[in-house]
Amino acid sequence: MQDRPSPIELLAAVAHFLRTEILPTLSGHHAFQTRVSCNALDLIARQIALEPAADAAEVARLTALLGHDGTLESLNQEIAIAIADGRATLETPGLADHLWATTLAKLAVDQPQYGSYKREIARDAKQ
Amino acid sequence: MADQPQSAAPAASAKNSFADQALTVVRRFAPGVEKIEKLARLSGGASQETWSLTVLASGAPQRMILRRAPAGLPVVEKISLETEAALMQAAEKAGVPSPHVHYVVRPEDDFGRGFFMSHVEGEALGRKIVRDEMFAAVRPKLARQAGEILARIHAIDPAGLPELPRVKPAEEIATLFQNYRRWSDPRPVFELAFRWLSGRMPPADAQLRLVHGDFRNGNMLVRPDGVAAVLDWELAHVGDPMRDLGWICTGAWRYSVIDKPVGGFGERADLIAGYEAAGGAKVDPEVLRFWETLGSLRWGVMCIGMGFRAKQSDRPVEMSMIARRTSENEIDLLRLLAPRGA
Repeated sequence: MQDRPSPIELLAAVAHFLRTEILPTLSGHHAFQTRVSCNALDLIARQIALEPAADAAEVARLTALLGHDGTLESLNQEIAIAIADGRATLETPGLADHLWATTLAKLAVDQPQYGSYKREIARDAKQ
Repeated sequence: MADQPQSAAPAASAKNSFADQALTVVRRFAPGVEKIEKLARLSGGASQETWSLTVLASGAPQRMILRRAPAGLPVVEKISLETEAALMQAAEKAGVPSPHVHYVVRPEDDFGRGFFMSHVEGEALGRKIVRDEMFAAVRPKLARQAGEILARIHAIDPAGLPELPRVKPAEEIATLFQNYRRWSDPRPVFELAFRWLSGRMPPADAQLRLVHGDFRNGNMLVRPDGVAAVLDWELAHVGDPMRDLGWICTGAWRYSVIDKPVGGFGERADLIAGYEAAGGAKVDPEVLRFWETLGSLRWGVMCIGMGFRAKQSDRPVEMSMIARRTSENEIDLLRLLAPRGA
């Protein structure tokens, strides 16, 4: 077992340092690229926190949809091929729900500030 | 313009000689010019440069923009700068708000390839245009203006222009599909979108017109009184004109103001009304939906491509982070194709 601070805590410390001490000294190209770099560190921290549970849920949904288990990679490829072939469609029970759940899990890591994501999350919160 | 000068200035001696070269070329079309000042590189990739400069003659100082590719560097997958200049000249003549092209660099100028155009004041940053109080009064008028501008662009006869790529919808989709399959792990939402689109292709005999190719919020300069200039013609081609109307409605260009489908500032009905009133063809909302859907898929594949090329880029972090915006297009595609609670 590794000791603390955890990767998420270390990433937060590095991002805080860059934002509060380095960014104010920069301008133009370097300021912009540093801001993007800080966003990348935040994204990594979200992925470390959220990916294990999201992947497990995705495997469970795909196993139910396809009727057998497998790795996430192989199950995802199988559903993609089934959609491309027209064997799986939006009328297939569970498919639309699976695509929505998977996409929302990606956005939670990639871009939680994206307008469409915030709208859909607010919809879930109301229910 | 909204572009900030970037720290890509060459060493002082090289910069001086470049400024001298630029002055020599400027004097070809403006012989009375005494000197040029404030020569600064704006945004631009490795193969194309954009420069800002101020020209001093007897009258008031005049700001200009230079679009340039250094000699010997090929311009990949984009129209040439000479063609870009010709399109901007044709657009200006057709009543499209456009920077005035002063001069197209010739081989005998020994200055690479490119052109000088007037500097136009205005905001290019989409996220400011959709949010800033300064544009609150003009926002409701922009969708109609965008429609009018597109009608004028689409009325330009491609026969009078330099040779442009011809792209039919089926060809574009086939290329996107190849790139997606080459660059990405399987994405079920993209597969769904490709299948949806392939069942709704516009008629193959649709009239091919001049298409701007990247007409969206972010590629026009906006002032509090309206659209001041249309920019970025480098993806222009001859194709289905409805592509331009769909692209400006595509989710990514709303800058999260998702209830204003046209560029985050306006309504589809106003875009269509402006387009039809200015002589554009009748717009079928279902066809517009086809192109808007293809728009999200196209930008999604472009995002993937950014990640694929990030390591070779001079901005690898930025390109990699754009690749992680691919999922924004997946949620927009689902909102179009499988809306929840509908």
